[in-house]
Amino acid sequence: MKASAFAYARATSVVNALELLAAYGDKAKVLSGGQSLMPAMNLRLISPEFIVDIGELAELRGIVVKGDVLTVRALTRHVDVLGSPEIATHAPLLRDATSHVAHPAIRNRGTLGGSLAHADPAAELPACMVALGATVIVCGPQGERRIPAQEFFTGIYETALSPQELLVAVELPVAQKDSAHFFHEFARRQGDYAIVGLAAQAIIQGDQFADLRLGFFAVGDRPLLAKAAENLVNVAVTSEVLASASAALSEELDPQEDQQATPAMRRHLAKVLLSRCVATLLSRPDLREGARA
Amino acid sequence: MTPVPISLEVNGERVEAHVLPRLNLADFLREHLKLTGTHVGCEHGVCGACTVRFNGEIARSCLILAVQAQEGSVETIEGLSDSGEIADLQAAFRDRNSLQCGFCTPAMLMVAQDLLKQTPVPDREEIREHLSGNYCRCTGYQAIVDAIETTARLRAERAP
Amino acid sequence: MTRAPENRDAFSVLDRPNSYIGKTVPRPNLDRLMQGRGQYVSDIELPRMAHVVFLRSPHAHARITGIDGAAAKRMPGVIAVVTGQEIAAVITPWVGVLSHLKGLKSAPQSAIAVDRVCWQGEAVAAIIATSRAAAEDAAEHVAVAYEELDAVTDMQTALDPTTSVIHPALGDNLAFERNHDAGTVDAAFAASDEVVEAEFIFGRHTGVTLEPRSVVADWNAAEARLTIYQGTQAPHMVQNIAALHLGLQESQVRVVCKDVGGSFGIKVHIYADEMATYALSKLLRRPVKFVADRVESFNTDIHARDHRCKGKIGVKRDGTITAFEIDDLTGIGPYSMYPRTSAIEANQVVNLVGGPYATKNYRARARVVFQNKNVMCQYRAVGHPIACSVTESLVDLAAMKIGMDPVEIRRRNLIADDAYPCASPSGLRFEQLSHHAALAKLIKMMDYDALRAEQATLRARNIHRGIGIASFIEVTNPSAAFYGVGGAKISSQDGVALRLDAQGAVVCQTSITEQGQGSESLTAQIVGSVLGVSMDRVRVILGDTDNTPYGGGTWASRGAGIGGEAALQATKVLRRNILDVAAAILQSTPGELDIINNSVVNVSDGAPRIELSELARIVYFRPDTLPPGIQAELMATRHFVPREYPFAFTNGVQASWLEVDTDTGFVKLLKHWVVEDCGTIINPQLVDEQIRGGVVQGLGAALFEKCVYDERGQLTNANMADYLVPMSGEMPDIDVGHVVSPTLESELGAKGAGEAGTAGAAAAVTNAVNDALRPFRTIVTEIPLTPQIILTALGRI
Repeated sequence: MKASAFAYARATSVVNALELLAAYGDKAKVLSGGQSLMPAMNLRLISPEFIVDIGELAELRGIVVKGDVLTVRALTRHVDVLGSPEIATHAPLLRDATSHVAHPAIRNRGTLGGSLAHADPAAELPACMVALGATVIVCGPQGERRIPAQEFFTGIYETALSPQELLVAVELPVAQKDSAHFFHEFARRQGDYAIVGLAAQAIIQGDQFADLRLGFFAVGDRPLLAKAAENLVNVAVTSEVLASASAALSEELDPQEDQQATPAMRRHLAKVLLSRCVATLLSRPDLREGARA
Repeated sequence: MTPVPISLEVNGERVEAHVLPRLNLADFLREHLKLTGTHVGCEHGVCGACTVRFNGEIARSCLILAVQAQEGSVETIEGLSDSGEIADLQAAFRDRNSLQCGFCTPAMLMVAQDLLKQTPVPDREEIREHLSGNYCRCTGYQAIVDAIETTARLRAERAP
Repeated sequence: MTRAPENRDAFSVLDRPNSYIGKTVPRPNLDRLMQGRGQYVSDIELPRMAHVVFLRSPHAHARITGIDGAAAKRMPGVIAVVTGQEIAAVITPWVGVLSHLKGLKSAPQSAIAVDRVCWQGEAVAAIIATSRAAAEDAAEHVAVAYEELDAVTDMQTALDPTTSVIHPALGDNLAFERNHDAGTVDAAFAASDEVVEAEFIFGRHTGVTLEPRSVVADWNAAEARLTIYQGTQAPHMVQNIAALHLGLQESQVRVVCKDVGGSFGIKVHIYADEMATYALSKLLRRPVKFVADRVESFNTDIHARDHRCKGKIGVKRDGTITAFEIDDLTGIGPYSMYPRTSAIEANQVVNLVGGPYATKNYRARARVVFQNKNVMCQYRAVGHPIACSVTESLVDLAAMKIGMDPVEIRRRNLIADDAYPCASPSGLRFEQLSHHAALAKLIKMMDYDALRAEQATLRARNIHRGIGIASFIEVTNPSAAFYGVGGAKISSQDGVALRLDAQGAVVCQTSITEQGQGSESLTAQIVGSVLGVSMDRVRVILGDTDNTPYGGGTWASRGAGIGGEAALQATKVLRRNILDVAAAILQSTPGELDIINNSVVNVSDGAPRIELSELARIVYFRPDTLPPGIQAELMATRHFVPREYPFAFTNGVQASWLEVDTDTGFVKLLKHWVVEDCGTIINPQLVDEQIRGGVVQGLGAALFEKCVYDERGQLTNANMADYLVPMSGEMPDIDVGHVVSPTLESELGAKGAGEAGTAGAAAAVTNAVNDALRPFRTIVTEIPLTPQIILTALGRI
């Protein structure tokens, strides 16, 4: 299939892009890397009347570390994330997760901002933002808004972004001393969207978690920062502790049914991921099988 | 919806054209420039058959608008073949019968060359991973992996 | 094991100096495909060519109460909007039945639906425009009014009296039923120590050729001739059908088939939208191009498998298999496909179950029912994966029940290699198979005992790996028994015409076609070897009804065995003709001369006497110098069809080694082995690659592929992101070995190899998964073996 006809403008600046969005509102779509937008348009699942191409905006590129804050601008491509020494040092979770995003040819075009704005509940990067406690920075006619990642994702393909706004960057706290991370997803084939995935960021002191943030994805309509993590922090993790965390996780999950998995299977796999995450981060192979209940 | 003027480089040649915004790069190459070596297998960015090199990096041409290629550089299988850049890879594909119907092959060669530029001597796992976004329905992939492995080895032996 | 040919002389033609037979040589013309210079139908552009887009039904079953194309007709670039009623003026409907499939019934099918749609995806109108995009734009403005009807979607209830009948004129939803009863099944079960039963479920899947189906039809009104450019496996069949339904003579239709982007049986049928495209070209008097997009490929390319098969096996404690029984059910969509019909797959299941084994006791029932889903028909290894999975799973279950090793039970029951010729319990005649030799070779290749030891060690560490074995038989080289006897004008014979050109090179026209298997290569190898010329001197022309002999094409693993033999025989004639002329020129006798390395030489000392180029120069330009009465015939034609056996059966065995993550239900394929016997091997590399490609399609069926319909008959995963085909990352390396039992039906001795891989792969994987799951005392009998199914079987969810 061929995309429906649309008018096209290549934005010359963020200000210009915002003017275009103000003029066309929800009839317009922002084109960044195009790796999610273009398939939807080619299948005529969506037929925007107006495309605002922000691909040439140099001001939306770049990765900057300032103090304790790592700023990743919206047009940073997945391949840029993978090659960035700043991200390897300060947000290695994001690097690991990005290596699971689709395939090389997609990663050469797809952008972090595009992925976050698209808000696919099965995508890796929104879950990383939640796990890392990112702040999403958007610009609109009223100026800049700073939105905590957890509030940014509001549903399937839905975000707090209004049609007049542009996602311009995310800010991440740089990884602290003693921090560790875990990323794993269950996908049928390499590069496929996950059936269930987990992006986790932790601080480990001694043999305990001083902090643990579990960002599950593909378990609901948006990435889930699991409260069950609280059960595992500042305690000696035994298989009983893990089992109670696992039960708590099960309580807060509301997975959806699709062709890949029933809700029960997603719940089960999320618990498997929890066990594997805890076992890996604490170097406790005995816990790997721990919470199979 | 009026045509938009674009100017880009395709296989080293300057190309000027007027295109409708909705035209994707794959169709532009095939229909306007008659470079039919870039194949269209799904038009939704999954099969990989339309892979070209865009500004030096592999990309799916069905997921790029022709207007986005403004001032860009595109290399297709025709260009890579004529320059001789992948002659050894093509020879390895021929010797190993790494293609049957050949529909996926131009893109497979693109992706293989991309891998070998980044990772001169990849192991089989790395090869399989790099190819994992490109469908081949005929070969079962093993012959393709073999040919890439062979090419990598021969290039390494030739390297000073 | 290589069986010595019984007649040495008959094979000498293959053992000539510099023979290419049995050697790996690169396929000619691969550079064209590798440099992006191939010509697929989707690449073809003709002057004044228009593009057609079909508006397709969103409903599985509905009455069409009105179509309004007026608004669409006014859209920019639109040439015409054509309905089923309008196109019926140029093309007649068809019914997909064959007389030898007794009782098979189907309803008339039209190029475009006339007053009723019977599956989601059936075309209801054609929109022809100057570009595909313009036609798609206009299609959105064609208003169709539907009145939804009950959709029959579940094959299990299709025959219930309460279920509505899709075609009332047919009386019920039963398209075909076959019953078979051989030996003394009940007595055999009664005498068994154990009887094991299971129900096996096979997902509906499809071919996913990377190039979608494509047609350019070009009606030249001045010549009153239609040229069809189509990626088809059977050009003469397309010619016959197009002419028949357009009211033309076959001589008015030319079918040209250039490069084909994958076929696998998908492109051996005649689809309604292709028929419509031919008709539209005639109606609009201009070339019309149809290229299916991926979504309509999923909705309209034939689907396959989708069987539910109950199976039963009896076994004695010593491992003797006493009987097989099956009850197979399949739903084929609303019509039997044309012209090969949709009863063949179920028929094959009945034919093939139990095929490798010695027991004569076999009872089978197969029922084929209509439903409101896309049509099903023959796809690579028709029926084989189902028959093989049912048989091999039952054999493993029987072995498990009596505590016998899966290899051992096969050793005790596979037909002995010296028992041939013999017949299967379903009455199929086997000329010569080699099950035991193949199994022995496989066991050695995979180091079976070492793997079993490794499995045991890992099991103790809670790592669950499994070994699965699957023996199989494969139908190849079909004679007229397949289609011709049922009245289909599908040729089972093939022809090759050869001529020596004026520079001593050979032009070879063959009726088999090339879709990547290597038809062109194997033909050139045979011609070069038998004639005594180098392969670069042989140019093979195929895929053009104006320029090749009449023949069947390439499907059902027939190209090498049938087309190859025609090439061999034609080359022998040309060689004789050349030597006759050479003898006249050289004042020798044909018996004293041979052709080696492009030259006529002395048999006695091998000394070159005359280059073929020089001989050709004399024949074509200075015939005046030839002795009186000598008229050279440097062109030769031969045809071939097997007559003694309806099919040349091949056999083989596969093994899978895999690991099941019992926490997640994910299966990791570690290694796969195949030993097969396709008779004479013309090009080992091409055979190996057919096997590997076939295996991977079988692995797709085993683990990934399924067309998911909802209860309303909507295909819910009609895109490449949701319909999962095997990708490089998950596929294992596959080792291939051979046993060679040539068929004596032909001098070449070649049988087919295109379907062996697909035939047994899923069975091997299923058996391996069940082997891995042994400690959990559960089995799975449904493919694709998704994590969901495995976790459910394990009781984890």
